[in-house]
Amino acid sequence: MNLADYRRAAGAWLRDNAPSDDHPEADGIARAKDFMAKLYDAGYSGITWPERWGGQGLTQAEERAFAEAARDYTLPTYVFMIGLGMTGPTLVDRGTDAQRERFVRPLLRGEEIWCQLFSEPGAGSDVASLQTRAERDGDHWIVNGQKVWTSVAHHADWGLLLARTDVDVPKHKGLTMFVVDMHHPGVTVRPLKDMSGRANFNEIFFDNVPVPDEHRVGEVNDGWSVAVTTLLHERLSISAGVGMGGQKDNPASVEALRRVVDTDDPLVRDELVELHIRTRALALFNQRLAQETRAGIFPGARGSAAKLLLAELTQFEADVATRLVGPEAMLAGHPLARAISTAPGMALGGGTNEIMRNIVGDRVLGLPPEPRVDKTVPFKDLKVGTQT
Amino acid sequence: MKLVLSEEQRELREAVRGFLRTASPLPKVRDGYDPQVYARLNGELGLSGLIVPEEYGGAGAGLSELAVVLEETGAALLPGPFLATAFTALALTGTPDKELLTGIAEGRVAATLDQGELSFDGSAASGTLPRVLTGMEADVLVAPAPSGDGGDGGGKVLLAVELAGPGVRRTALEPLDLTRGLAEVVLEGAPARVLGPAPKTGVGDRLCVALAAEQLGVMRAALESIVAYAKVRVAFGRYIGSYQGVKHKLADMHGKLEQAESIVRYAAWAADESPGELPEAAALAQAYVGRACFEVARDHLLLHGGIGYTWEHDAHLFYKRAKADEVLLGPPRIHRARLAHLLEL
Repeated sequence: MNLADYRRAAGAWLRDNAPSDDHPEADGIARAKDFMAKLYDAGYSGITWPERWGGQGLTQAEERAFAEAARDYTLPTYVFMIGLGMTGPTLVDRGTDAQRERFVRPLLRGEEIWCQLFSEPGAGSDVASLQTRAERDGDHWIVNGQKVWTSVAHHADWGLLLARTDVDVPKHKGLTMFVVDMHHPGVTVRPLKDMSGRANFNEIFFDNVPVPDEHRVGEVNDGWSVAVTTLLHERLSISAGVGMGGQKDNPASVEALRRVVDTDDPLVRDELVELHIRTRALALFNQRLAQETRAGIFPGARGSAAKLLLAELTQFEADVATRLVGPEAMLAGHPLARAISTAPGMALGGGTNEIMRNIVGDRVLGLPPEPRVDKTVPFKDLKVGTQT
Repeated sequence: MKLVLSEEQRELREAVRGFLRTASPLPKVRDGYDPQVYARLNGELGLSGLIVPEEYGGAGAGLSELAVVLEETGAALLPGPFLATAFTALALTGTPDKELLTGIAEGRVAATLDQGELSFDGSAASGTLPRVLTGMEADVLVAPAPSGDGGDGGGKVLLAVELAGPGVRRTALEPLDLTRGLAEVVLEGAPARVLGPAPKTGVGDRLCVALAAEQLGVMRAALESIVAYAKVRVAFGRYIGSYQGVKHKLADMHGKLEQAESIVRYAAWAADESPGELPEAAALAQAYVGRACFEVARDHLLLHGGIGYTWEHDAHLFYKRAKADEVLLGPPRIHRARLAHLLEL
C-alpha cells in the first residue's frame, strides 16, 4: 500500500471509530481501553514497533501519515502515553525477550496501563540521587521508598521503577531498573493536587513490595543507562508534540485575546504584537525541527531549546493575557485563571528551564561541564535531597 | 513551506563561507572596502548576479539563495556595497532595467538604493540624501522621484544617477558601524535616467527579508565568537563557559538564533513561493530578527568582560553592525506597527 492510500485508509478508519472527546476520568478508562483495543486490532497502535513483539513493523513515514490523519481528532489515548512514549520503548530496547513477550502486546492494545517511577521528593532534576531501595531476597527484590510526580499512577497496572541497589558505589553506578506491580498491597498511590487544583499526578509509597528478579530490566547496577534510554524517549515524545498543536483552544492566544480586549489602545496592540511575534518564532522553529527530522537531520539536544522556549512562551502568554484582561480573569472558573495556574507546569515537568539551559549549553554549544563532586563519591557519603 | 536548506543551498553556503574566510578575515574588515575582494566575490562566485534574471545575465536565483549569501557576508562583517547592490537588484524586480541589471550581473556596477525622494525635471535630478548606504563605493544611485505626469501626486518613478558623473557631490560620513560606509550625496542637476515606474508594493518587504538574513549571520558569528571564548577563558580556576551564569545566557542566545533562522528561512520562502504571506513574514522578520541580533551581539560583548569593551577587540564591530542594521530600514517600531496593521489588530 502506498503512503497516500495508507493515510486515506487511516482517515476513513478514524472517521468511523474515533470518539468525540477526551476525558481522562475514571469512568473514561473503560472507554479508552475499548478504543485502544480497536486501534490496535486495526493496526494503528505500535506502527513502528517490531512485529515480533506485537507492533506493525512499519516506518516513520506510516506513523507520520497516521498522525496527520489523527490531527483532526482528540483520541482518548492520554492514560497510555507513558507506556507508549517511554516505558514501552524502554522494554523494546532493553528488556528480556520474556519481558517483551509478556508486556508489549497488552501495552499496545491498551489492556494494561503503565506509569514511570523515577522522581523522588529528594531527587528531581538530580534524579540519580534517588533513595528508594531495592534489596535482594533470594530470587526477589524488596522495594521500600517513595516516588513523586507520577502521572496516571492511579490508573496504572505496571510501573517502571528506578531504585537503588548499592549505596557503596557512586550514585550513577548503584541503580537498577525494575517492572513493579502497581496492584500489590504494599503500593500506596496518593493523588497529588497541583497548584491549579487538578490531580493529574501522584505520590507513591512502597512498603516491602516484592519484585521478582525476572522483572529486572537490564543488569544489576546498570539502571542509569536504562533510565537514559527512557528519558531519551521522553524528550523525543515531548518535542515531537511541542508547538505543533493548534491554538484554537488557547485562551491566551492573540486570536482569543483580540476578541475580548480593546485593540484600539496602542499599548494593548503592542502587547498583542509581541505575543504574536514570540508565538510565530517558536512555531516556525518547531516546524523547522520537524522538517529537519523528516530530512534525516536528528534534532537531538536542540529539542531541549524548543522545550525551554515553549515553557517561556507559556508563562509569557498567560501573564500578558491576564494583564490585558484584568480583574475579571481572577475568578477560579475563568480560562485565564486556569492558564496562569498551569503555566509554571511547562517550566518544571520534563526537566526545569535550568536543566534545559544546561543541556543546550553542554550538548548543543559544547561548553565545558560544571565540576561535579557527586560522580566519584560512594552514594552513602553523598549529601542528597534537602539538608538543614 | 521550506525551512531547511537544500543540498545546492548548503553548497552555496560552504563556497561563500570558505571564500570569505580567506579573502576577508575579521582583522581585515577595519580596513574597509576592498574592491579586489568584491571583484572576486562577483567573478569567482558570481554573487552579484545571483538574483538577477537569466535574461540579463544573472543566475535567476531567489531570495532564499540570496539569504544564504547575506548570512555569510553578515557573519564576516564584509565591508562594501554588496548589501546595497542586492537591495537595488531587489528593487528592480518590478522595474527591470537591462543596462543596470546587466552591469550588476557582470559585477561591473555596484549600486545603492535610497528611499529619499529626488526632484526630477525630465533629464536631471536634484536633492540631498543625507545617509546613502555605501554611497562612496557605489557607482550608481537608484532613488524615487515624482513622475510628474499625473498631477494626482501618486505616481513615482525610479531614477538612476551615475555617482561619478557631473552634478554629484559626495561626502564620506563617519559611521558608527566601522565596517560599512555611509555618504551624504548632494545632487544638483545630475543627469538621471528613468528606469520605470517605482513598484508600489513588495520592495520594502524584500529589503526587510534580505536585511534579516544579514542580521542572522551577524548574530550567529557573535554567538560563535563568545562560545569559543567561553571554552578557553578561565576565571576562578574554571572555564567561564562552565558557570551557569554564563552557560545559561549562551543557551538563551542559542534559542534566539534558532528562532531567527527559522523566521529568515520562512520569510525568504514566502518571498519566492508565496507572495501573499510575504508582507507579514517580512514585518515579522525585522520585528524579531532585528531585536534578537542586537541582543545577542550585546550579550556577546558583555560576556567577553572588559576586553570586549576595548577598541582593539572585534566585539564592538558586531555590536555596532547589529545596532546599525536594526535601524537601517527605519525605527524598528514601524515593523511592529505594520505587523499590527496586517494582523488587523
